This record gives sequence, structure tokens and C-alpha cells, in this order.
Amino acid sequence: MLESVQAESARHNAHVLAVGVKIGELSGVESESLRFCFDALVQDTDLAPLALEIERLPWRNRCRQCAQEFAVEEYRTECPRCGSAETEMASGRELEFAYMEIEET
Amino acid sequence: MTRVPLERKVLSENDRLAAELRQGFLRHGTWCVNLISSPGSGKTMLLERTLASFEPGRRVAVLTGDIQTDNDAQRLARYGFPVRQITTGGACHLDARMVTNALAEWRPDAIDLLLIENVGNLVCPSSYDLGEEARVVVLSVTEGEDKPLKYPATFHRADLVVLNKVDLLPYVPFRMDLAREYIRRVQPDAEIVEVSCTTGAGLDAWRQWIEAKAGSSRKSVNSGF
Repeated sequence: MLESVQAESARHNAHVLAVGVKIGELSGVESESLRFCFDALVQDTDLAPLALEIERLPWRNRCRQCAQEFAVEEYRTECPRCGSAETEMASGRELEFAYMEIEET
Repeated sequence: MTRVPLERKVLSENDRLAAELRQGFLRHGTWCVNLISSPGSGKTMLLERTLASFEPGRRVAVLTGDIQTDNDAQRLARYGFPVRQITTGGACHLDARMVTNALAEWRPDAIDLLLIENVGNLVCPSSYDLGEEARVVVLSVTEGEDKPLKYPATFHRADLVVLNKVDLLPYVPFRMDLAREYIRRVQPDAEIVEVSCTTGAGLDAWRQWIEAKAGSSRKSVNSGF
């Protein structure tokens, strides 16, 4: 992540104030662990201080029968509209950069 | 202050390498499976039984990942097929670069079936694409039937769940009906086989699953060129 931020910072010739990431519920990434590691690593770079802004994305499925999109709660993956069991993930696996807040230098 | 949008995956480097691996596998007609489970659920034993059932000369190779030791590679090498240990030295999962490096000394067109045994861990391996065509999660009956609910990210990506050590069912309070229900809840499309590597029960079904998948992959390669 920090390598990417450094590359973007150089490309825009700008000072980066914050980086925004999207983390899906099923990405396997724990926000607090990511924040802990991120802060620990940033300290030793010229990016410090750099804020990490995390947006959690819930697990959502889409029905293959009626195309309804819905939040999956308690692992209930069947479609709440038509009752079909044939649904597939629409979101929840994300581990993505969303944006950077930069200040032109 | 300006906000610059950056729609990009954090693991894009891994995904890029995994995509390269996948293209290579497709080109050479290699069918690759990634085995994931908690430590001690019997992945290595399952692979031993699998290798033992293959005829000599079968173009199969194994990569096996552990944090330390090459014990698993030594166990698996006895069956006469190429085996390479990936020692991660601390990392709790395999990533696409480790697989790329481990494959570098093998001729890619000499492997029809590549079995990858991931590091024993039900969390992190689920985030790392290794370029595989299928993911298998092994769950042994001594672990408890609620593992799919506790580690949904891993089970959600399973094409097949192997319920292992079923010979121990009389001795443990494991409810097979609940295990199947929990797997279905997290991933309705996953197939399920019940296996005992000790008695050999279910190993035929497991082999058939591999042959059906690997066979259809080869057919599509042949018809594609």
C-alpha cells in the first residue's frame, strides 16, 4: 500500500495527506489490524503523518433469477424477494484503494 | 486539498502475477488446485493418498507450503512425482510470487495437474489468488462443524469441501448434517465429499472430482487449438 502511495505521490508531485481504502466484509482484512500495521510502517517513511480512512463494505449478493441485490446477514444467501437459492456475490471481497487526499507542492 | 480517485486493488501485484500464472496454466493445459485448511486437518495425508493412487508417469506435480521445515515435501516425494516445498519463513499463506518462483525450475508444459497445498490457515490464504482453477477446503471432523460460519471468507471461495477423517465420527460430537448446512449457507455452489484417508472411504469420489475437473480443462485446451 505504501509503495503505491509513494508512486502516486511522485506522479502527482504532491504531498499525500490521507489515503482511503475500501474493505469488504469477506476480504479477510481486519480494519484495526490494518490500521495498526499501516501506522507502524508509515512512521519510518517520508509520508508521515498519513491518515488512513477505511470504508467497510458489507457482504451483498445478487439473485441470478430476479437480479435483486441484497445484504447478506447471518449467512442467509437466499434471495429475500423471490426465495431463490441461486445468488452470487455482488460485493464484500474488496480490498481497494478508493482515493488519496493530496496537497500540491 | 484535492481528492484523487484511485480505483485499484491493494493486492493488484498479487492479482497480476496470479493472472499470469492462470494464463500459463491454460496455455499448457495444466489444471491447478489450491488446497486450504486449518493446520492438522489432513491435507498432506490426502495428497499422499492421492499421489499413491496415480499411475506412474502421470504428469502431476505438488507444491507444498509451510512456515518452516520440509517435512511435508519429504513425505510427498516418496510417491515418485515432482514435489517442491515452499518455506514461507513466517508468512501464513502462499502468494502468487512464491508459486511463480517455485515453478520456475519445472517445464510448464510437463505438468497436467498441479496440486498446491497451502499453509495451514483458514484466514489469510483466502485473500491470495494463486492462479488456480479450483479451490478445495479440507475440514476434518475433529475441528467442529461450525468452521464454515467462523471462517466464511475461506469457505465462500470453495469449489469443493472435503470433510476429512470421517472414520473418527463415532468418537467426536461432529454433526455431519449441520456441517453440510453451514457449508451450503456460506457457499451453496460448493460440492462436498466425505473422506477418510485412514480407511480410504470417499477417496474414489475425491479422485473422480479431480479427474472430471482436470479432464474437462484438458478437453477445452485441445478443442481450443
